[in-house]
Amino acid sequence: MMGTAESDVIKIQEEFKTEALTPGQLMRMRFVRHKMAVFGLIMLVILILYSFGGAFIFTEAEANFTNTKLRLNPPSAENPFGTDTVGRDILIRTIYGGQISLLIGLAAVVVEVVLGVLIGAIAGYYGGWIDGLLMRFTEAMFNIPQLFLLLVMAKFFGGSVPDINLFGRQFSGSVVVIIVIIGLTSWMYLARIVRANFLSLKEREFVLAAHTTGTSNFSIIFQHILPNSIAPIIVSGTLSVANAILSEAYISFLGLGVKPPTATWGNMLEGAYNYVETAPWLWIFPGLLIVLTVLSINFVGDGLRDAVDPHALVDAG
Amino acid sequence: MTRYIIRRILQAIPLLFIISVLLFVLMINTGDPLSTMGGRRVTRPEDRERLSRQLGLDQPIYKQYLFWLIGNDWTKVDLDGDGTAETQGTRKGILRGDFGTSMVQRGKEVTDIILDRLPNTLLLMIPTEIIVIALSLAVGVYSALRQYSATDHIITGLSFIGYSMPIFFIALVSMYIFGVNFKAWGLPYLPTVGMFDPKVGKTTGQVIQHMILPIFSLTVITAAGYSRFVRSQMLEVISEDYIRTARAKGLPNRMVITGHALKNAALPLVTIVGLDVPLLLGGAVVTESIFAWPGMGRLFIDHLSRSDTPVVMGILMMISVAVILSQLITDIIYAWLDPRIRYS
Repeated sequence: MMGTAESDVIKIQEEFKTEALTPGQLMRMRFVRHKMAVFGLIMLVILILYSFGGAFIFTEAEANFTNTKLRLNPPSAENPFGTDTVGRDILIRTIYGGQISLLIGLAAVVVEVVLGVLIGAIAGYYGGWIDGLLMRFTEAMFNIPQLFLLLVMAKFFGGSVPDINLFGRQFSGSVVVIIVIIGLTSWMYLARIVRANFLSLKEREFVLAAHTTGTSNFSIIFQHILPNSIAPIIVSGTLSVANAILSEAYISFLGLGVKPPTATWGNMLEGAYNYVETAPWLWIFPGLLIVLTVLSINFVGDGLRDAVDPHALVDAG
Repeated sequence: MTRYIIRRILQAIPLLFIISVLLFVLMINTGDPLSTMGGRRVTRPEDRERLSRQLGLDQPIYKQYLFWLIGNDWTKVDLDGDGTAETQGTRKGILRGDFGTSMVQRGKEVTDIILDRLPNTLLLMIPTEIIVIALSLAVGVYSALRQYSATDHIITGLSFIGYSMPIFFIALVSMYIFGVNFKAWGLPYLPTVGMFDPKVGKTTGQVIQHMILPIFSLTVITAAGYSRFVRSQMLEVISEDYIRTARAKGLPNRMVITGHALKNAALPLVTIVGLDVPLLLGGAVVTESIFAWPGMGRLFIDHLSRSDTPVVMGILMMISVAVILSQLITDIIYAWLDPRIRYS
């Protein structure tokens, strides 16, 4: 009697047995549970479609086409978002401006991550005087408020890069300048995270094992230790994209950013405060797009932070 | 403790040295301060040469830095360009408190220029900081005590939006609503630019009216970040054992919150505020530009665009010293508030 009951239990247990979830699946589940993160991701896709898909409908020449007869026209059927001070269509400019703003956000973070990881990894791995020197430098950079440093650097590099032709389009050289200076002024936080990670990871057995088998320092740093600290890098990198887009907007707003005719959401706002009363459409549309983008990226970053944290448990029931 | 403070101050010296070299090299190469000096007139080449000699701009960079740092009254400089240095230098250098003179406003002391603007910036920033701290404590605690309620969701959502909003956008929107539309609807409206109406003059009432919108914009942005922080701190604290103990021994809820929980939850806010204070000193550059507020932020932008190295360096070094000092003060206050922390 007991035997059948026991085998029943086993049978039932086997029916309910599930495959163990991989860390990737767990991560995805934790991310999807974060409703705002999913909303942010959807918003981001829409914004990317808006600025890159829009390019199939309008050409860049239309975005930069000036018609002084149409100066400061309010939104109408022809110009849904109105026209700016020299008669350019604001809708088309937000499309092309979005491309540049998003590009600057991503590219600046690439610069930031490369610098931050390199400096943090070298300081943490080698320690000693190298660490001391690099960390003093990091601290010095940290002590100058970012916006001030950005403005000084924007002035320093301003006009030093010629215009670039890429994919048959002309980009203002100032785009490159902005990307580089945002990267140069924002790597410090990441460098500290990476350094802290390296300091603890380099004492672990797998690093010792790699050493004893004669693995080179280069490959220990990049192939053995770095993959173990990828999660915080991704989270901080994602949030940095939002900050980079904001930084671009701030310097362009103050007139030291990307030079026209190349549009960005930031430089469309330059001088807009002179038109608060007379032409609010000048700043409402690019401003809203910046807010939406930054908000969405922050939501996604927040969701990612929870998703990659292995301590945050998911009851997968 | 004294030894700790002395060590921290000694550590700050190389830090400030690196910062000053970095910024000086950047600033010297940002452009030509002589180009805008003659106003509308084009400067003649010989005038240009004479001017750059007088201002010491013909010297190599390391010498310019040295003169800026320790002055040139210990050496002779060549002012007439005949190749022999015969005039005694007069500059004392920043280490002896001489920030130099502005290149744009000829002959005006940098210290005077900065001190002219500093009170205006403080006038905006001190009230802002007080309102922000009070508001974010109230909102953060309220939101934490009602976690997952509708109010909490609304507050969290709003603070996320505020946190993601560039300050110029909230500034433009508030100018549009309270300045432009209120005027159009015939409601009492707020002035949008400047510090006072030139027709009325600089009266207290005028200045207060002009302060409202900039302070409002700064508060919205800063309080959003702070209240998120307070909320998460508070949530952490109220799940701790000593709070349960306080409740178990029958203390009224109000006393548990204000007497026990809030004290520890608000503690880390000291660090955040300490990091932000020097930024406020620099004035929110963007805010001051939009509202045409004659403070340090606008001073910085105006003189940076004309490559006025002495003024820009003066502002930047002042802010850097303020950053380092406020970090030190924050650490000391923190140790004083939280007896668990000991520095050695």
